[in-house]
Formats: sequence, C-alpha cells, structure tokens
Amino acid sequence: MNRQFGEAILDLKNVSLVFGGVKALTDISFDVREHEIRAIIGPNGAGKSSMLNVINGVYRPQQGEIILRGRHFARMNPYKAAKAGISRTFQNIALFKGMSVIDNIMTGRNLKIGTNLLLQAIWWGPARREELAHRAKVEEVIDFLEIQHIRKTPVGRLPYGLQKRVDLGRALAMEPSILLLDEPMAGMNVEEKQDMCRFILDVNDQFGTTIVLIEHDMGVVMDISDRVVVLDYGRKIGDGTPDEVRADPEVISAYLGASH
Amino acid sequence: MLYRENGQFKTSYAADQQIFPIAQDRWAILAIVAFAFVGVPLLVDEYLFRAILIPFLILALAALGVNILVGFCGQITLGAGAFMAVGAYAAYNFHIRIEDLPLLMSLLLGGLTSAVVGIFFGIPSLRVRGLYLAVATLAAQFFTDWVFLRVPWFTDNAASGSVSVSNLRIMGWQIDTPVSKYLFCLAFLTIFALLAKNMTRCAIGRQWMAIRDMDVAAEVIGIRPLFAKLSAFAVSSFFVGTAGALWGFIHLASWEPAAFSVDRSFQLLFMVIIGGLGSIMGSFFGAAFIVILPIALNQFLPALGGLFGVSISTAGVSHAELITFGALIIFFLIKEPHGIARLWSTGKEKLRLWPFPH
Amino acid sequence: MGFFLETLIGGLMAGMLYSLVALGFVLIFKASGVFNFAQGAMVLFAALAMARFSAWIPEWLGIDSRFLANTVAFLVSAALMFVVAWLIERLVLRYLVNQEGATLLMATLGIAYVLEGVGTSIFGSDIYKIDVGMPKDPVMILEGTFEGGLLINKEDLVAALVAAILVGLLALFFQKTTTGRALRAVADDHQAAQSIGIPLNRIWVIVWCVAGVVALVAGVIWGSKLGVQFSLVTVALRGLPVVILGGLTSIPGAIIGGLIIGVGEKLSEVYLGPMIGGGIEIWFAYQLALLFLLFRPQGLFGEKIIDRV
Repeated sequence: MNRQFGEAILDLKNVSLVFGGVKALTDISFDVREHEIRAIIGPNGAGKSSMLNVINGVYRPQQGEIILRGRHFARMNPYKAAKAGISRTFQNIALFKGMSVIDNIMTGRNLKIGTNLLLQAIWWGPARREELAHRAKVEEVIDFLEIQHIRKTPVGRLPYGLQKRVDLGRALAMEPSILLLDEPMAGMNVEEKQDMCRFILDVNDQFGTTIVLIEHDMGVVMDISDRVVVLDYGRKIGDGTPDEVRADPEVISAYLGASH
Repeated sequence: MLYRENGQFKTSYAADQQIFPIAQDRWAILAIVAFAFVGVPLLVDEYLFRAILIPFLILALAALGVNILVGFCGQITLGAGAFMAVGAYAAYNFHIRIEDLPLLMSLLLGGLTSAVVGIFFGIPSLRVRGLYLAVATLAAQFFTDWVFLRVPWFTDNAASGSVSVSNLRIMGWQIDTPVSKYLFCLAFLTIFALLAKNMTRCAIGRQWMAIRDMDVAAEVIGIRPLFAKLSAFAVSSFFVGTAGALWGFIHLASWEPAAFSVDRSFQLLFMVIIGGLGSIMGSFFGAAFIVILPIALNQFLPALGGLFGVSISTAGVSHAELITFGALIIFFLIKEPHGIARLWSTGKEKLRLWPFPH
Repeated sequence: MGFFLETLIGGLMAGMLYSLVALGFVLIFKASGVFNFAQGAMVLFAALAMARFSAWIPEWLGIDSRFLANTVAFLVSAALMFVVAWLIERLVLRYLVNQEGATLLMATLGIAYVLEGVGTSIFGSDIYKIDVGMPKDPVMILEGTFEGGLLINKEDLVAALVAAILVGLLALFFQKTTTGRALRAVADDHQAAQSIGIPLNRIWVIVWCVAGVVALVAGVIWGSKLGVQFSLVTVALRGLPVVILGGLTSIPGAIIGGLIIGVGEKLSEVYLGPMIGGGIEIWFAYQLALLFLLFRPQGLFGEKIIDRV
C-alpha cells in the first residue's frame, strides 16, 4: 500500500488533564498528519476517550496546547472544534433519540445553515431552498452508508449496529476534515465490523478525511491504521506504525501484564 | 379503506417534507380549518363560545408556546403563567399609553416584551438543568406576581388593582360579540400554529430537539446551547405572552394578577404533558382536555349524585372536581406517558394498515 | 445591634421551619428521584387531620386531658399519613418506575390535587386551630449584654427545637442505617437497586411514610402558628428555593439552606422591604436561590455532575 500523507494537521503538545485528584492524562504529545488513519489504543481506563474529548473541547486540559493547522488553542471548545472541521462519533452512541434518522443526520448540517429563525418560521424562499439542498446532501450520506430503508425511523427504535452507522452518518454530514471515532466497532458482530471498516476506509479514501480512531479490536486496528498511539494509565507508552508498536516491549507488557 | 397512501409517490424532497405528506391528512386538516372558520360560527351558541371555544383557542396557543420550550427543547418550566402575565400587562400598557396604537400591535408588542423577559429568565438554563431549572422558573412566576400586584405603574395606578380594556377594534371591525372574538383568536392560533410547525421542522427545531435529547453531542456538532436554549425561551415566551395578551384583552376584558397565578402555570404544563410533549397536535389535544374536563365534571357530577339520590353541594362539587382532576392526570400519566398525541398517531398507524395488524 | 440580632434570630427560627419542609422534599427525592410537589398538600392534609382529630377525639372518647387528646390525635394522624403513603405507592408510583423526572413531577401534582380534594371533603374547608399548648409569651434574653435585651418568641424557640431534633434524627437514619443506604441506592437507579434485591416498593412506602410524618410535624407547627387553612399548601412552595439552594439530594443542604433563606428573608423584609415595597418575601428567596445557582449549579451540597461521552 502506497499512501500519501500531508503535513501534521493536528498537533497535541504536553496535554495533562485532571479530574479532582484523578490524573486522566499526563503530559501527552502526538501529532496527526493529513489524510492518515491514526489509532489510539490502550487498556480500559487508559484515557483514550478523554483524549478525544480534549481534542474536540468537551474537556479542558489543565496543561498543554492543541495546534490545529498551525493555529494554537490553549483551550478548545466543542463549537470552535466543530467550526474548524472536527467531527466525531461517540462510544455510547449519543444520537438524538426522539428524532428520525434523517433529522439526526440533518443536525450535522447545522453549521452550514445560514438563514435565520424568522425566515425558517415562515418557511419561505431562502430557508426552504436551503432546507431542500441540505436534504439532498444528507441523502448522499444515507446512500453512502446504505441506510435508505430506515431513513424515517426514530433512531431509538433501531438496533445497535445501525445506530452506530447513523452516528457516523451525522458526523459525516458535517463534511469534516478530521473525523474522531470513539470505538466505532464496539459491540458489533463480525459482519457489522467488516461493514464499518469498509465505510471508514472509504471515507478516508474518497474524501481524504483524516481519521483518529479508538478501537479495542487489535486485528482491525493493525489492519486499517497508518500509525498508532498507545496509552496506559494516562501516559503515552508507544507511538509508531502498527509493526513498530507491536514489537515495542513496553506495549507488550502493558497488554500482557508481564513484569518489567 | 379510505386512509391509504398507495399511489402517492414523492418525486421531490419538497413533496416529502410537507407538513402532512399524506394527501388524506391534508384534506382533513383543510376541512377542519374551513369548518372552524365558517361552520362553527353558524352553528354554535354564545355559551359555548364563552365557556369553551375561546378559552380553548387561547390556551392552545399558550400550550403551543410551552410545548416549544418543554417538549421540543426539553427545558421544564413552571413559570409559563408569568409570561402570560407579562404579555397581558405589557399589551395593556402599550394600549393605554400610546395613543392610536393598533390593537394588533399592542398584542404583538405584549408578546415581544414577554419574549425579552423570557430570555432573561432563561439565562439560568445555561447553568442548571432539569428539576433545578423547573424550580428556577418559579422565580419568574413569583416575581411577576409581586410586580403586577405591588408596582402601581404597571396597572396604571388602578385603585382596585384590576385593569380593564374596552372598545376593541381592528381596522374598523369591532370585536365585541362572542363570534368576532372567536374568529379573532382562531386567526391568531392558525397563523401561530403554522409558524410553530415550520420552526420545528426546520434547522432551529432540530437544534432545540438536539439540545433536548443529548446536549453534549449537540454541542459537538456545532450547536451553540446558548443560542438554542435562549431562542427556545424567546419563541416560547412570545407565544405564551401573546396568548396572555389575548386572554386579558379578548377573554377576560378586565383582570388582575391572580388570572396568571402559579396554578395557570401548572395548568399549561398539564396540557402539554397530557397532550403530548414535542407534538404540535398534542398542544391542541391537551388544551381541549383541560378546558373541557372541569366543565364536564361540573355538569356530570350533580347529575350522578341525583341518580343515587344524593345532592352534592357546590363545595362538594368543587372538591370532587379536584379529586377527579388529579386522579385523571395520574391515570393518564400511567396509561400513556407520551400523551394523547401518541394515542392519535398509533391510531393512524393502525388505520393505515387496517385490516392487517402489522 | 440588638434589633439586628433579633431579626437574625427570628430569621433562624423561621429558617428551621423551612428546613423542615425542605427535608420532606429531599427525603423523597433522594429515595425515589421524585420531585414531590405534593409535599405542600401533605402538610395541609396532615395539619387538617391533626386539627380535626384533636377536636373530635375528646368528644368521641370523653378524654379531658388536652395533652392526652393531642397525643392520640397526633398518633391517629400519623397513622393516616402512613395509609396515604401506602396508597400513593400502591396506586401511583408502582406504575411509574423509570419514568422521566417531568412525568413523575406531574404525577405528584395530580396527587396534590387528590389530597387537597379528599382532605377538604373529609375535614372541611374552614380555618381551624391547632392548640398543642405552645407557650405564646415572648421572653427576654441577654438583658445584661444589650441594652433592653433581645425579645424572642417562646413559641418560635420550641418550634425550632422540635425541628432541629427531627432533622438530626433523620440525618442519622439516612447515614447510619441499612434502610438509609438502600434508600440512597434506589434514588441513584431504580432498576439497578431492584436487581440487587432491594425491595423497591417497600422502600418507597417507608420514605413516603417518613415524609408524611415530617409533613405532620411541619403542619402542626405551622398550623399552631398560623391556623390550619388552605394557604398552608403554599408553605411547600416556600420550601422549594431552600431545596435548590441546598442541593436536591443533601440533608445538611436542606438544613443550612433553610437557615440561609430564613435569615435572608427576614433581613431583606426589614431592611430592603421599606425601600421597594412590601411583600417581597414571596419572591426574595427564589431570586436568592437563583443567583446562587448561577455560580454553583448543583446547589451548596449537591453532587457535582460530570458529563461523560
């Protein structure tokens, strides 16, 4: 496989995050290059989800900074992150349960909607045109993810695997340049995992989206990612290509629990 | 067999995103609106207008507003009555203080004032949630109760504390008969319901619902909670305030702060919960239920007592009314926590497939 | 200075009573996640029962001693509150396990209507007196320290004492007994508690009984001060800002919140009232609580919520 990567698009420098007395992340630095698939792995409680939450501003680290396309952010917030083209999916599926699949994915278009409340209230001219144009875009996402048959179903009624797919759809509708995926394959069977892998690779390939991914299934991680960061107890213990990481003695001991 | 959507193919997204995508629904709704405007005024007597129809229309408008905030944006409010009061008293002050201000303007300005006050009392929602917020909204209720009772400026120094309006006309049309009041309120409700429906099916509605269902995720996809929540408070208070102005001007004509007490707030919340949270249709069902129930009980209970040879005193009736009302609310919450609107849509779903169960 | 202290002490006394009402809310919220709007109706119901029984029982049983009559009336009213609690669990809560907070809140409003209706049907809707022999005369204290001393109502003093004892007992019950721990587990998650074998229904009956007794005590105290009448229902609404100030799940919060609100109300009434017009106590507590919430959304002692995604 001959893949082309750009410059580092996202750079994390010495990030530390503390909750009360608990150190969730300690002095972590790594970068993400444009168009690559970057995996974050580690045992439960290693701080993987916290890492994603720091990147898109849900948590605010006490120390360190985030450099996104050369811009420095000491503090990110979710809105700024979304504006800057970062979107994400969630470990425990954070879909809007009372809304249909279409409406859920339409929310992903939110930042691209320009008309104001008054125009929307009278459903007139620009508001109506805009709504229909975004609907067309959303239908593209729906086609891409092969979920046409459930487009009007309330998401609360969908099985788990499909909910995960809708979650991805909502993130894709934002047309992100960086996509953060928090355990996209957790709790899926083999077929569903294969489908999800295909979607992730297609997104990366067709749209050139940079992907940061947390995943527990080592087979999947080693297969699809370009570079891997390994966390343990909130510290970075490994970083490199899948092969390098696999051979790293510290990583092996963290996973197998061998004594040093 | 009439209720089928076979053969109604949609060839554009516009057709798919209509308010009523099924043709039969469209015709039915048009027929109902036409009947409300033309048929009802010919058929109904004065008592029905005064006791049921006008209160129903105005409270349905208020319920729509409450539903936008509670049902669509998920912010529980126990202070809706306060915003009705703000709307009514603001409209009153515009009406008496500005010479020749058209009635329509007074009413809408009342609504707008209420929207501004709504934004102010919505600020806590940015910090607190759920039941804490519910209690915080009571602050608005008690504060406005006090203001309109104790600050004489708002009531134009009326000695009795009650204010009244008379001789209402709009473009030469005198609004004094029950029929004209009814039509006036109906026009308001029709237009506002359409606006509400449009908002809730558009981007702003999706923002509200996203905040309601999962606020962290909403923020992550770029929805600003500040804007979403405060806009819901503003729109909701605008609706409720306009309803309050209508309640004062059209229904009561002369009123005091007690007309918008905390009981009114509870009543409005009942309407949206019994009618159906997050449903425009539900607001109408809920308002109808709450308006008709006490009247029905009032008629029915003495008759029932007479059947068993017991005469029920007026006080007895009002106690029995309280009990039945409370019991019915509990019954409804247990049997259908999603409200009448859910029953309605399940019914329609069944009808579409009839005679097959699935 | 003497006047300020008098106001302060008056506020603390009133605050103790608020704490008592707030305690009813917190107990039920902690144990069932229900925000009990019927607390006010329960206070009214209990006070009505107490007032009427203490008048009826001497007639029925021919008891002359007022103390004995009051004791019997109190016990009968407490028993009645147990029945009410049992019925509420049996007829309402049982069917609403795992519903949303708003639905439960509405249900308690329904309960409130029923209680008010039933209470006034059985016991009548006039204004009644409860006479438990509380001393009405004021006392002077600290005459040596201040010129003129401090004037304090003995009645308030007794009431505050009773409230304090009850609050202490309940705090012990919650923190130190197995039932207390089970209550806290149920509040956290109905289903999880049920799945580890905590008998949900019994727990709810217990906690509503306790809240019923708290309502009874509050009803007796308020009733003997103000007379038993329909407006007692609003006493509960006065307790609400206390709850959000102190934190919905915290017993110490209810106590300290009550004291803060009591003092704040009295001071504002005396020093602020004349400036902006009377009657501000109906909203002052709410604004105070609201302002406070902006800085500490979970209340003084409430648990902080960390969002996890």
